[in-house]
Amino acid sequence: MTPFPFSAIVGQEEMKQAMILTAIDASIGGVLVFGDRGTGKSTAVRALAALLPPIKAIKGCPVNSAAAKDVPDWAGLVSKRAHQMPTPVVDLPLGATEDRVTGALDIEKALTKGEKAFQPGLLARANRGYLYIDEVNLLEDHIVDLLLDVAQSGENVVEREGLSIRHPARFVLVGSGNPEEGELRPQLLDRFGLSVEVASPKEVATRVEVIKRRDAFENDNAAFMLRWQAEDATIRDRILTARKSLTKLKTPEKMLTDVAELCLALGSDGLRGELTLLKAARAYAAWRDDTALTRAHIRDMAPMALRHRLRRDPLDEAGSGTRVARTVEEVLG
Amino acid sequence: MLHGQWKKSLASDIWTRAKLALQLLQLDPGLGGICVRARSGPVRDQLVKHFDPKARKLHPTISDEALFGGLDLSATLASGQLVQEKGILATPGTLVLVMAERATTGLAARLAVALDKNQGHVLIALDEGAEPDEVLNPKLAERFAFHLDLSNCTISDTDTAGPKEHSVRLNDVFVPSDMLPQIIRTALELGIDSMRAPLFALRAARAHAALLGRDSVTSDDLEAACALTLAHRATRIPEPETDEEPPAPPQDENSDESGEDNETLDLPDELLLEAVRALLPDDLLDQLAAQKARAGRGNGTGAARKGNRRGRPLPSRAGRISDGAKIDIIGTLRAAAPWQTIRRDASGREGLQIRPADIQIKRFEEKSDRLLIFAVDASGSSALSRLAEAKGAVELLLAQAYARRDHVALVAFRGTEAELLLPPTRSLVQTKRRLAALPGGGGTPLAAGLMTAFEQATQASRRGLTPTIAILTDGRANIALDGTADRKQAAIDAQQIARILRANNTDAIVIDTGNRPEPALRSLAQTLNAAYLPLPRADAAKLSKSVATVLGD
Repeated sequence: MTPFPFSAIVGQEEMKQAMILTAIDASIGGVLVFGDRGTGKSTAVRALAALLPPIKAIKGCPVNSAAAKDVPDWAGLVSKRAHQMPTPVVDLPLGATEDRVTGALDIEKALTKGEKAFQPGLLARANRGYLYIDEVNLLEDHIVDLLLDVAQSGENVVEREGLSIRHPARFVLVGSGNPEEGELRPQLLDRFGLSVEVASPKEVATRVEVIKRRDAFENDNAAFMLRWQAEDATIRDRILTARKSLTKLKTPEKMLTDVAELCLALGSDGLRGELTLLKAARAYAAWRDDTALTRAHIRDMAPMALRHRLRRDPLDEAGSGTRVARTVEEVLG
Repeated sequence: MLHGQWKKSLASDIWTRAKLALQLLQLDPGLGGICVRARSGPVRDQLVKHFDPKARKLHPTISDEALFGGLDLSATLASGQLVQEKGILATPGTLVLVMAERATTGLAARLAVALDKNQGHVLIALDEGAEPDEVLNPKLAERFAFHLDLSNCTISDTDTAGPKEHSVRLNDVFVPSDMLPQIIRTALELGIDSMRAPLFALRAARAHAALLGRDSVTSDDLEAACALTLAHRATRIPEPETDEEPPAPPQDENSDESGEDNETLDLPDELLLEAVRALLPDDLLDQLAAQKARAGRGNGTGAARKGNRRGRPLPSRAGRISDGAKIDIIGTLRAAAPWQTIRRDASGREGLQIRPADIQIKRFEEKSDRLLIFAVDASGSSALSRLAEAKGAVELLLAQAYARRDHVALVAFRGTEAELLLPPTRSLVQTKRRLAALPGGGGTPLAAGLMTAFEQATQASRRGLTPTIAILTDGRANIALDGTADRKQAAIDAQQIARILRANNTDAIVIDTGNRPEPALRSLAQTLNAAYLPLPRADAAKLSKSVATVLGD
């Protein structure tokens, strides 16, 4: 069944914006979506898959290589023809074993042909695409450690069962979860570029619209998809345009100072906050078709780029998003 | 009067309701599934058989291979050819999850994804939980339209009348325009935040109309659907309205003429709400409290368990070789030994022959260590004697710690701030050295003391320890968190941190060492959900004994 169209998601503007930004600039480093059950987190991520522009890759390549020379030897490909394929969006289910994530010895080949071959895992499939972890805060620790390492280096190294293999694994990490069920370790939090908090809409009219669209999607799928595919295509074109204009975007020196001052005032750990905020603001400017980065872009992007990088204050009931907004107000005026 | 009759039967007879829910599920698999809470017995079996005799069973420890398919290792080894097995999820149909309350988060997540894909699976979760906090994983429950408690149902209540014939196609059922806003208003009134709930209510109403052969949804359908899909999700009890009889309900006419031409339903919100309220469980508030208590603990996170650094070996058990499992070689050989002669004869091969079924996996039982955090008042009022006794108690407890696997930490608060005098440790020598010089005097910054204790507790639980905070003081808080001498603000700060501690499910004991019990401390203990012990003139031995008693060992 085709996923729910991205453009048909009612409201949740911040979440949609964050996902679009990672599509424009993958180096922003992923999105973390936190919210209650039934707020449309999974729907949005699965919708993103259908929205993303296709990529050019070698047919049959296990790591979706762009050029024939990048295809790993262990893949054993004979013909190396390129083809268009949808951007991979790979689900990492909770409780997935290490074998499935990193890849392991191919038992089938070992048993039937007596060959020692490598069976690529989820990380290989997610290369150049997205890796989606639902309930990321419930993920087991050893898998988290593994992901941290790979997300950092962009390379998956497998040393087990007599295999010694390394392959590229650059992906955008998308995680979702319900913060009431468990906390995320600060190290993993930091690896996500942007973080958004979603809640279900409170107005009756908006809620009615949500249910109406979902119902139409389930009961009258063909007509519904027809109607929204055009809207999805518009977003896709805008993403492609923004990718191009991102390279020409001017970044005034003053903006860098602004970003640094803001992060200093917030006391966010490390320099990743500055970098991400800058990248996100630039992608946002490109998305809005502006020619230069301005304070307005930084101001709009600051909450989602910084809110998960603050030290936790158990007495602050308003949440870190408000803290960021307050500091933005103070620093940028 | 159809309306009244239906309502009576629905509210009184759980069995009828369960059957109705199953019929709706049969008609529209998009409703996801049903969670049935009941002990194993004939009532439950009757229900499952009634729904789908060909239903396939899942158990909570089912492997990924069985669910999604994969290599059939035994068959491949036996035949020397690649044998793939098909997973249970590959073919749509009814799945019955037994002992659903034991399902791990991982399994719940995988089943939830399968249901989200909408491939025609219907899941019946049989929840046999005995305690209020043993329930089906909320992630999975969220994706079910229905939830029923059959624990009070007996076999004599059941009947096996087959499902009714229905002639109307689901997609042809007309939905009046004002129905959706009404469902959503009702859901909001009941404090249901999830958007799946109203969607299920809409689908259930449509299915209910189709089931009864109507081509348009009537107020009856809506009431039945909302009652079945919303009642168990309610998080608050709506204000009961005045008891007077509602003015002649107009929906009677509607239901009689099956609503051929009526575009709207004309069902007052109150009546709909009333139908749902009739089904609200009596102990709703208790259940909510139990849910809240559970929420903080998480389920299946590594953090809670990973700190368990040692384990007691348990008898090994037959199992598959998977990630992280350790093979018990002796056990495996022992299991394979009796079969060697037969196997040798059958295969005509010499040597040791081990089949996958022989493999025994090692198991360990783990218990997490406990951390006792003493938050000791070192202010002027408590002064030196108090502190000396606390130090003595810490040392006494540590001396016994080896047997009980306790770690101890000591936080002292005096003047304007709290200080971590002894980081979590099990070393008696280190403790003695650190505790030797402990200054006293100044105000009582209780809030700061609690705050430091809280930070230690959070860090400890992240490392897999189970923290308990013991607060020793004799007076009221008089220094606020920001260090100002403001009695009122100090009390507010202390209460607030106490609430946070409670929300984090941290165990605590409040020991009042004053000559007279202090009411402010008693109320602090209440906020913390902690034991309150007035112990005037307590000495070290008495203190450590009391703490040990409260901790329950």
